[in-house]
Amino acid sequence: MTSTKTTQLRRIRFSLWILVAAAVLALGGAYFVRTIGVREPPSPVTVGEAAIRSEFSLIDHNGNRVTEADFLGRWQLVFFGFTHCPDVCPTTLAYMANVLDRLGGEVERVAPIFITVDPSRDTPQVMAEYVQAFHPKLVGLTGSEAEVAAAAQAFRVYYERMEEETAPDGYLMAHSGHIYLMTPEGRFEDVFREGEQSAEEMAADVLARMNGKQ
Amino acid sequence: MMRKLIATVVVVWAVASPALAEESVRVFDAWARASVLASRPGAAYVTIESTSDDTLIGASTPVAEQVMIHAVEKDGDVSRMKHIETLELPAGERITLAPGGMHLMLMGLQDKLSEGTTFPMTLSFENAGEITVEVSVLGIAAEGPREATQ
Repeated sequence: MTSTKTTQLRRIRFSLWILVAAAVLALGGAYFVRTIGVREPPSPVTVGEAAIRSEFSLIDHNGNRVTEADFLGRWQLVFFGFTHCPDVCPTTLAYMANVLDRLGGEVERVAPIFITVDPSRDTPQVMAEYVQAFHPKLVGLTGSEAEVAAAAQAFRVYYERMEEETAPDGYLMAHSGHIYLMTPEGRFEDVFREGEQSAEEMAADVLARMNGKQ
Repeated sequence: MMRKLIATVVVVWAVASPALAEESVRVFDAWARASVLASRPGAAYVTIESTSDDTLIGASTPVAEQVMIHAVEKDGDVSRMKHIETLELPAGERITLAPGGMHLMLMGLQDKLSEGTTFPMTLSFENAGEITVEVSVLGIAAEGPREATQ
């Protein structure tokens, strides 16, 4: 009886050691991957168009909770950025505003949306003041870090926080500078980038798609 | 050799506008985009030309606590701003800071930059010393100082 017990105890101890060894290996491996593997800048990933979708639950610049359902029925122009961005974001938003102004009456069928990737600093109040400077129809969206991450994931938008001690609050955000055109059903239609075509050309392209798809 | 050098200096002296004194560096088309919120950084842009190799080593303005030279790095679809300490100015090459590329980031603005106003900015060069220019604040949608005349 005693010897059986000892054997059992020994077996248990042995299995426990195996578990510990496995855990050490797993953690060590994960640590190795984190320090060595993930440091590499992510290479651009081409994602199938079907994968990009308008799906989010965020707070608009008036403080109201909104989801993609609130924008369905209108074509959506979506840009991810942040208000501490001194160059690319104002340039792109001013470009979007320029495109909107060239849509004439059709602008009523479009929802231009600016989603921040820096929600801790871009509160609804900040977003309100910011978007109104660019275009009266521009909607600013913010939320929790997790909600913004989920929205970016749905649009397949990449962003990251970069520590930079000389920057305000010690960090900058890096982000992809695309403007997404989404259909009234919230599906991906096309992607534009400021600087790749004039505002007139983009407006003409957007109008053609809006009218070709009716 | 010496005579040639003196001749060059004299020519440059004659060509450069009096406001820029005898420096070999010329700074022009200085502009900034109107900013939305005083609490957010602004961006200023200039074009710099130097007849001899020089280096931009810093900038300052009374309207902001700090001015930083920024380049934008594009990695595929992702834009990253990169702080650069100095900007090399090869002789005879025109360097234009413009939206989507290099800019001077103005941090800690006293007030937001309002369209139609101007502010002084001093650029420091390794050889040419300090040059102060007047920066014009253009509209929030401005893409450059010359678009109005195009």
